[in-house]
Amino acid sequence: MKYLDEYRDERIARALVAEIERRATRPWVLMEICGGQTHTLMRFGIDELLPKGIEMVHGPGCPVCVTPLEIIDKAIDIASRPGVTLVSYGDMLRVPGSKTDLFHVKAKGGDVRVVYAPTEALKFARANPERQVVFFAVGFETTAPANAMAVWQAKREGLRNFSMLASHVLVPPAIRALLGSRRNRVQGFIGPGHVCTVMGYREYADLVREFHVPIVVGGFEPVDLLEAILMLVRQLEEGRAEVENQYVRSVTYQGNLHAQKILAEVFEVCDRKWRGIGGIPESGLSIREEYADFDADRIFGTEGVTADEPAECVSAEVLQGLKKPTDCAAFGTRCTPGNPLGAPMVSSEGACAAYYQYRRHLVGAKGGF
Amino acid sequence: MTQDAKIEGALYCPVPVPAKDAILLGHGSGGRMSADLLQSILLPALRNPVLERLDDQAIVDFGGSRLAFTTDSFVVKPLFFPGGDIGTLAVNGTVNDLAMGGAHPLFLSLALILEEGLPMDHLRQVVESIRVAAAIAGVAVITGDTKVVEKGSGDGIFVNTSGIGVVAPGIELSADRARPGDRVLLSGTIGDHGITILSQREGLEFAGEIASDTAALHLLVADMLRVSAEIRCLRDPTRGGLSSTLNEIAARSRVGIELDEKAIPIREPVQGACEMLGLDPLYVANEGKLIAIVGADHADQVLDAMRKNPFGRDAQIVGAVTESHPAMVTMRTRLGTSRIVDLLAGDQLPRIC
Repeated sequence: MKYLDEYRDERIARALVAEIERRATRPWVLMEICGGQTHTLMRFGIDELLPKGIEMVHGPGCPVCVTPLEIIDKAIDIASRPGVTLVSYGDMLRVPGSKTDLFHVKAKGGDVRVVYAPTEALKFARANPERQVVFFAVGFETTAPANAMAVWQAKREGLRNFSMLASHVLVPPAIRALLGSRRNRVQGFIGPGHVCTVMGYREYADLVREFHVPIVVGGFEPVDLLEAILMLVRQLEEGRAEVENQYVRSVTYQGNLHAQKILAEVFEVCDRKWRGIGGIPESGLSIREEYADFDADRIFGTEGVTADEPAECVSAEVLQGLKKPTDCAAFGTRCTPGNPLGAPMVSSEGACAAYYQYRRHLVGAKGGF
Repeated sequence: MTQDAKIEGALYCPVPVPAKDAILLGHGSGGRMSADLLQSILLPALRNPVLERLDDQAIVDFGGSRLAFTTDSFVVKPLFFPGGDIGTLAVNGTVNDLAMGGAHPLFLSLALILEEGLPMDHLRQVVESIRVAAAIAGVAVITGDTKVVEKGSGDGIFVNTSGIGVVAPGIELSADRARPGDRVLLSGTIGDHGITILSQREGLEFAGEIASDTAALHLLVADMLRVSAEIRCLRDPTRGGLSSTLNEIAARSRVGIELDEKAIPIREPVQGACEMLGLDPLYVANEGKLIAIVGADHADQVLDAMRKNPFGRDAQIVGAVTESHPAMVTMRTRLGTSRIVDLLAGDQLPRIC
C-alpha cells in the first residue's frame, strides 16, 4: 500500500539501523514523546533492531493515560445523569475513575457513545434536541482544533444542548518539566509528529535553545522512527543541539495556521494536572469565557470535583523515562491491560500496555530490554 | 512547591474496576472477558465432558452415528450490509460451526426475535436470504420459533440458529490437538467482514471495495479432509479475529504459535481502513474464513486442495506451532523482529490519535 509499505520496508529499516550503529560511538538515551510512536516501537519490535547503546525511553504522550482521575470522575458523574448523552473516543471508556468507568455507567443505563470525530457528536445533538449531548474531549494539540471547531460551530448555530468536557494537554510544557528535573537522563527527543502537524515546531526550537538538547520531529512508521533516531544520533555525536524535522511529508515549521487560529479562538492555556506526573504549569487548554455556555464543567457544576489517587505505582518514573515498565514488580502480574493499576497500562498507547501487548515474551531474554 | 518537586512527587494510580458486578459489552467480544464469563458462571453450573471441550460444536455418539450439534445467536447492526445480511450470517455461521468439527451439515433450526415496528419488508428480505443461504449450503430449516418484543427491547431482528450434522468415522478435529511442528493454514484474507460492518455503521466509505466474506465452508472442509488425515484442528476466526482463535488453540493445546506477518493476506482497503481507524486486522471478525492446524508433511497438499476451492483461493501457510512459549502466539514482523499477538481483554477500541 502506497505511503505505508515503503515506511515498513525491512531493507530500508536495516540500512538505517546499520547507519545508526556506524554513527553511535557511545551510549545515548533518547525519548519518543508520543504514545503513537511508543506503540510503533513496540509493535514492530524496533528495540530489538537498535544497537545496544541506544536506549529508548518512553514519554508522557498518551493522552488517555495522562488524563487526571478527577476529569474521568466528572465524565462519569455527567454521564450518569438522566437526559445526558456522553460522547467520546473509544479508549476513554475503559479508563477507571475513582470508583467506576464509563463502560459500567453504560451497562447501568447511561447513554455513552463512541465516535471518531466531535462533529458526529454535534450531528447527534442537532438530531436529538431533547438530550444534553456532552463531548468528552481529551488529547494533545492534535485533537484540540477539531474539538474547538465543534464548540465554535455549536455557538454559531445557537445549539443549546451541546457542550464539551475538555481536558487538553500540551506537549512543550511537559518536555520543559522533564528537562528541568534534576533526575532527567534524556539526551535527545523524538518530537510528536501529529502535534507538530498542527502546531509547527517553533516552540521546540525554543526548548532546544533553552536546554541545549536535540529534538527531531518524527513520524509514526518504523522507517520514520529509525530515521529520527539516526538524525538524533548524528547531532549528539557531532555535539549539535538543533531542532530538525524528519516528518517532512506532514510537518512544516509554521504548522497548520487555520487549525491554530480556531484553537486559540475557543481555548486558552491553563495549568493542568497530569495523571502519573502531577501539576505542570501552563500545560493544558480550557474553554474560554466567551464559550462558557458550552463548557460542560460549568453547566453541570462539576468544577469542584477532585479525586485522590489511591494505590501506588511507578508510572511517574516510567513517564519520565527513569524506569522501564518491566522494572515494576506489578508489571504483567498484578497490573495488566485487563486490570490496570496505573495510567500507562490503560490505553494501548501507554508505555506499560504497549510492552505488555507486544514485548513481554522477551522480558529477561535480552540485556537491552 | 517547585516544578521539580512536583514532577518527582509520589505517584498515585487508579484502582482497577473489576468487571464482575454487571455484564459489559466486552463480555461479548470473544476476548478474555468472554472466556472469564464462561469459566466463572457457565461452566461451573453446566459442566460435562462434552461441553468442557469448548469446541465450536459438540460431537456425540448417538444411535451408531456421530452427531455434531451447535447453536449460535446473531446480533448485527446494520441488518443489511455489502455481501449479505443477518439471515446469510445466521445460516453460514452455524453451518461453519458444524463444518469446523468435520461434520456434514444436515438440519437447522431458526428462532427469530423480532422488534415491534420492524418493517415487514425487512423480515421478508432476511427470510429470503435464509432460504438462499440454506439452499446453497444444502441444509434444511426443519423447525423454528418466532417471538416479538416491545419496541426498544430489541434491535430489529435477533436470530438464533442451531444445527445438526454427521461426522464421518475417523475424523477427530479439536483445538487441543495442535503439536509442535504443525503448520498454520489460513483460507484467505482477514478482516473483510468486520471492516465492512464497521464502515457501514460509521458511514465510512472505503472506495466501496469491501464486502463481508460470509460463506458456508463445509465443502472447502470436505476437500481438505479428502486429501489429508493429518488435519488436527479447524476453526473459523469470527468474533475476536485470527488472534483470538489462535490464542485459544495455543492455550488448549499447550503449545506456542508463531505467525509470519508477511504471509497473512489482507486486502488493501481493509488494511487502509484499519490504519485509519487505529485497529489491528488480526482482531477483526471474519465470517467466511478458516484456520487449519495441519501436520507439517501434509501442509502443502492441504494448501493445494484449499486453493482449488473458490473459498480457499487465497489460502496461505501463515505460521507454525512451536514448543517454545506455550499458550502464547507470537509473530515474526515485517522487520524481522518478533512481537506478541495477545488475546484482548474486551473489544478492540479505536485509539484517539
